[in-house]
Amino acid sequence: MAEPLVVARQLTKKFGEMTAVAGVDFEISAGEAFGFLGPNGAGKTSTMKMIGATSPATSGELTVLGMDPDKHGPAIRARLGVVPQEDNLDTELTVEENLLIYGRYFDLPRAEIRKRIDELLTFSQLADRRKSKVEPLSGGMKRRLTIARGLINKPDMLILDEPTTGLDPQARHLLWDRLYRLKRDGVTLIITTHYMDEAEQLCDRLVIMDKGAIVAEGSPRSLIEEHSTREVLELRFPVGLQEAAVPRLEGLGKRIEALPDRVLIYADDAEDQLDEIHQRGVNPETTLVRRSSLEDVFLHLTGRSLVD
Amino acid sequence: MTATTTTLRVVEAHARYYRRTWRGSVISTFASPLFTLLAMGMGLGLLVDREGGPGGVPYLTWLAPGLLAAAAMQTAAGDSSYPVMAGIKWTKSYHAALATPVGVPALTYGHFGWVACRLALSLTVYAVIMMLVGAVSPIRGLLAILPGILTGMAFCTPITAWVAQAKNDAKLPSLFRFVIVPLFLFSGTFFPITQLPGWMQPVAYFTPLWHGVELARGAAGVPLSPHFPWYVHTAALLAIVVVGGYIALRNMEKELRK
Repeated sequence: MAEPLVVARQLTKKFGEMTAVAGVDFEISAGEAFGFLGPNGAGKTSTMKMIGATSPATSGELTVLGMDPDKHGPAIRARLGVVPQEDNLDTELTVEENLLIYGRYFDLPRAEIRKRIDELLTFSQLADRRKSKVEPLSGGMKRRLTIARGLINKPDMLILDEPTTGLDPQARHLLWDRLYRLKRDGVTLIITTHYMDEAEQLCDRLVIMDKGAIVAEGSPRSLIEEHSTREVLELRFPVGLQEAAVPRLEGLGKRIEALPDRVLIYADDAEDQLDEIHQRGVNPETTLVRRSSLEDVFLHLTGRSLVD
Repeated sequence: MTATTTTLRVVEAHARYYRRTWRGSVISTFASPLFTLLAMGMGLGLLVDREGGPGGVPYLTWLAPGLLAAAAMQTAAGDSSYPVMAGIKWTKSYHAALATPVGVPALTYGHFGWVACRLALSLTVYAVIMMLVGAVSPIRGLLAILPGILTGMAFCTPITAWVAQAKNDAKLPSLFRFVIVPLFLFSGTFFPITQLPGWMQPVAYFTPLWHGVELARGAAGVPLSPHFPWYVHTAALLAIVVVGGYIALRNMEKELRK
């Protein structure tokens, strides 16, 4: 089997007293879409910056593309594409100028960059915006431009830090579609997100991070199978009545999770549980039967919801 | 890809950006020196020259190279304050560059290199204006450009160092209010520092602008004080550039590679 593109052993990042990443281990193979899932402040961005060779690790080992980021930062970065959490485009310049300047940072010849700009603008559906200034573009367009910029050097690996945060649903789906295409073309993707659906859609394999540590690892499906039931029954009660109802649900399903706004009952057959609830004379305002998701895995592993 | 190549690429990026945005700075670069020179040099100069101008030359000739050095200070301070803050904190264009083979040294030296280019450009325009109003001969005017660039760089590197470690832009206006403007007025630009109260004169020896003004004047053909030959001024300015540059690089590393 080929050497993994990224190998981390006990990778740690501290800012003064604060530990952002607390000794994590992971490997990322060529061609896979690998996700880091976790709430804000879990250490995802710090991990990305270490992989991107822009922030030195405090301790532990890290190899990216077979090299040590502390010693070979420029050589590593020459083969990476980075899409940061916040778009850091030059908003006073045009779409084309942004790509041109970036390509020059990689020391690409101008003629080659212009050729790639044609391809990338078509790919990111911005061809008609080539000469527009960046500033008035929509959030989705800026994001696609940032991705196009990250691809100007034809990277072996594209690092995307929360690529769809703040985008509307249409813009997200368009962006996901572009990422599928990249994956199909063999680009290794590293994605951080706090959206469950995004991780389930895009990632072959992912780790769940919480408070700087990795709490679970696997494919979305295997994580759900391992840490959750097949189905979930969600119950919502009128305001103020949930507390009284929770004790009467005892013994139902494999596990019960009482959240501030609803109660989750984990079971392989949620309909059965619903019948049982009605037999017990409990009357929730609304009920919902759904399949287990990564959110449930996260909830189970950390005891909190991801949107906290 | 060598560090020199990446540094040049950073200069190139600045130039591309300037090509798009230079219109906004055209008044301050070209029109204000002309107006200052006309008002001060020719208007005020008529009065001064009645009493016999400083340094035994017409006031306009004496003033023009000093103003060139002061303009260099202002250009360098402008380009090393808000734009550096923007690169680090607002548009984060520095972070964008650092995700490429460009490293912090190339980014920092590229910024210095670009400011030097900007100075060369605006001071050339300035020198031409000096010649056109008859303040200096063409050769002397061109000779004053180099000291001007050195003066500007003596502001560029320390200000970059200071801005790189600043938490936000709250203190930036005080740089102009309490450093740039007083230096402009009291560094011997408009009158010789021998006119200052006795205790203030030694203070001037430690201000970069005074050295720059004197050096530019010397280059433009105004006789210098025998106590301070041109190489003393040059050494003082170079020392500031080097120390400022060293601290700037260190502060940039600290701020950008957290």
